[in-house]
Amino acid sequence: MRRLAILFFALAAFAAVLAAATPSRAEAFSDALAKFAADDYTETIDGIEAVTASGHAQAVSVISALAEGRLLFNEAKLVVIRDKSGTLLDPLTGKALQGAAPDDLKPVRLNNRVRRALEAALGSLTLLSSNSATRFDAAQAVFKSRDASALPAVEAALAKETDPRIKRALAEARAAILFLKADAPEAQRIEAVAVLAARGDQDSMSLLRSLPADAPPALKRAADAAIASVERGLVFWDFGQNVWYGVSLGSVLLLAAIGLAITFGVMGVINMAHGEMVMLGAFVTFQVQEWIREYNPALFDWSLAIAVPLAFLVAGAVGVLVERCIIRFLYGRALETLLATWGLSLILQQAVRTWYGANNREVGAPSWMSGSFEVGQLTITYGRLWIVVFSLGVFLALLFVLRFTRFGMEMRAVTQNRPMAASMGIRTNRVDALTFGLGSGIAGMAGVALSQIDNVSPNLGQGYIIDSFLVVVFGGVGNLFGTLVGALTLGIANKLLEPFAGAVLGKIAFLVLVILFIQKRPRGLFALRGRAVEA
Amino acid sequence: MRRTLLGLDARGVIFLVVVLAAAVLVPIANLALPPSSPLHLPSHWVPLIGKYLCFALLALAVDLIWGYCGILSLGHGAFFALGGYAMGMYLMRQIGSRGVYGNAMLPDFMVFLNWKELPFYWYGFDYFAYAILMVMLVPGLLAFVFGWFAFRSRVTGVYLSIITQALTFALMLGFFRNNFGFGGNNGLTDFKDILGFNIQAPTTRAALFSISALALALGYLLCRWLVTSKFGMVLVAVRDEEPRARFLGYRVENYKLLAFVVSAVLAGIAGALYVPQVGIINPSEFSPANSIEIIVWVAVGGRGTLVGAALGAVAVNYAKTYFTTGILAPYWLFALGALFILVTLLFPKGIVGTLGDWLRRADRPSQANGIAGAAVGKPAE
Repeated sequence: MRRLAILFFALAAFAAVLAAATPSRAEAFSDALAKFAADDYTETIDGIEAVTASGHAQAVSVISALAEGRLLFNEAKLVVIRDKSGTLLDPLTGKALQGAAPDDLKPVRLNNRVRRALEAALGSLTLLSSNSATRFDAAQAVFKSRDASALPAVEAALAKETDPRIKRALAEARAAILFLKADAPEAQRIEAVAVLAARGDQDSMSLLRSLPADAPPALKRAADAAIASVERGLVFWDFGQNVWYGVSLGSVLLLAAIGLAITFGVMGVINMAHGEMVMLGAFVTFQVQEWIREYNPALFDWSLAIAVPLAFLVAGAVGVLVERCIIRFLYGRALETLLATWGLSLILQQAVRTWYGANNREVGAPSWMSGSFEVGQLTITYGRLWIVVFSLGVFLALLFVLRFTRFGMEMRAVTQNRPMAASMGIRTNRVDALTFGLGSGIAGMAGVALSQIDNVSPNLGQGYIIDSFLVVVFGGVGNLFGTLVGALTLGIANKLLEPFAGAVLGKIAFLVLVILFIQKRPRGLFALRGRAVEA
Repeated sequence: MRRTLLGLDARGVIFLVVVLAAAVLVPIANLALPPSSPLHLPSHWVPLIGKYLCFALLALAVDLIWGYCGILSLGHGAFFALGGYAMGMYLMRQIGSRGVYGNAMLPDFMVFLNWKELPFYWYGFDYFAYAILMVMLVPGLLAFVFGWFAFRSRVTGVYLSIITQALTFALMLGFFRNNFGFGGNNGLTDFKDILGFNIQAPTTRAALFSISALALALGYLLCRWLVTSKFGMVLVAVRDEEPRARFLGYRVENYKLLAFVVSAVLAGIAGALYVPQVGIINPSEFSPANSIEIIVWVAVGGRGTLVGAALGAVAVNYAKTYFTTGILAPYWLFALGALFILVTLLFPKGIVGTLGDWLRRADRPSQANGIAGAAVGKPAE
């Protein structure tokens, strides 16, 4: 009997304590405030939790004042807020403090533990903000912190929320809390697993993996199944991401190779200085931006649009000059052309190095090329997207020139049968010079695009020359569609190999594969057939 | 054609005399003559000229396939570097416990990378004979496999040039990696001795020099023998008109393959002699730019003349040393680039070929055109 009596008394005492500990909302808030005056980190954290739980109208301003070091207290346990203009406010009412300012006020001290608590508290408090972006961020923050004390706030916010995007974020935040909350009903936790699986990204996966070992078996099973499904989804998105990187790399290769496809395909000229034309284009971009910075900074967003035609003209002019001075003497001697243009590439590199210095030059990105957006789990940067668009645009424009202009027709005629074209009155010399100029000009435009993703230095071109030759040879000489297919295939294959083999080994595997491929089809994917081949 | 000793022409005899004289006189001028003597050769010149001779041997190897068979390999630096690495591995094993970490079992860079045991492909490099075997076997085997596929598939001309370039590029990327077990970025260096002789000692360097000169002379004799034999005649036929040679019943790919393998082995030997003299081998030897530079040596000296290739290698490399050590350093690449362009545009036969033409014209003005085709032969690409 005595034992029962003791138990009874203990329970009664406990109930009394509980009753005392759950006073009305206003009392809870002022009690919580008192804790800040204790000058003790643990007490401060208790205070933060209590303030958050109170749901008081002033809670946000108190918490954010604390976070910014504007919550002050003194020996007399008085707690005040100093607003940004410096006036002291009463935390209970948010109105200016009456009477003379108390002296010996000092800010409540913070450490990292307190800051973490503050962040979680702010997260749950801003869930009800009127700004939708703030609410969304808050929901995300709660998802990351998984602070169980925020659960009531999340649920309250969820009931009020109308924006479907935020509603989903809130539901995910709630699921994240419930999933790890050991005392939540099992059905709710399993339901949470479904929500997390639907989110399906790396974060939800690591959350699902963090389930403690002593969790109920049903929950454990649900979580395992969810992990498997999320993994499958992630593999899919990873694949998608790699394909996108591959398309992006392929478009860079296409840009670098397309000019080469013309000079090599149409004229049979191996232009080892092709990479240097790309480099010239990149330096034209740099120079244009320098001028714009100096004379008219407002035009900066237009710098690339200005640089593209300029780079085409500069590189094209250099190309015509080179054709007239060197290459025309070497027609029919492909290997000698290779050596002479290699010499030319050394000279061009060294000339640019002497003029601009050997260091990397900074080329800025216009505002419309920075930033990114997401498609599902895919992150797509605008810069890369524009390069893909640009290279396809260049490709189509070139196709148009070849097919629908007089110059294009003459070029095709010279490619197919030079003596016959000449006897029909086509000035093959002029066509050769202009073709070489066109190929070089396109390389120059490629340089403008590459200046956005690569280091602009005199060595820029060297990194692309081997790759672009492989693309042209792989695709088949004298066939623009072959170049397009070759560039995209090699780009995607390279990026799909990378996750298995790492960047360098992937590159090596890629080179070896192309070498093997050329053994199989020495004239490329889309080979020209007929007599012209052996000539 | 005038023939003398060993079936050589006058040009070959002069070349051999010069090389063999150098093999004897350079060590004497360096070791026996006192520094005060006007004929004394300063010590730093010995490995430098030795290096030129290794390059000359490499150029000979390239001339054998480019000048006589029309195979423009833009990846011959790879075979040179592989030979160099094989020798470098032997030299690394000779360091033993004298490395920075004092580990008798592992080279320094492996200790640094926290490797526990020697990778299997390093086994055997403690033995000089094995290393020498590898110097020839590894480049030869790679050339055999590569050539076997390429020539059977009739990959020719610029296509072949580009895939040889891709080959050396791939090897460069590989050797730059630490986990390949060849010292990564830094390559192999810090050698102590070779066959028990201190590698820094003037006598060792003089001996290495003489061996390089001898190797060059032997390499020349081998190439000369190959190109003047019936085999060489077929090679030239393949160079000038490959389809016709094939239709005449020659197995073109086998001829090309043999020439390619011999050339690769010679390049490997050149690399093996190069490494102990310069004291380092690193992956930049694989860079495509290096391989293209070899081509310009041959082009400057005279393609398809053998002697010209060796002469071109020494001349261009001397010019490089001269330019890059003085105030003219920034202009070296201009000079090299101009050399590429001018030689191909104005002197497609190089120094030796052009000189030969002049001499013949002075000699027998009426027959000049008839002989030029047989002796030097302007390749018809």
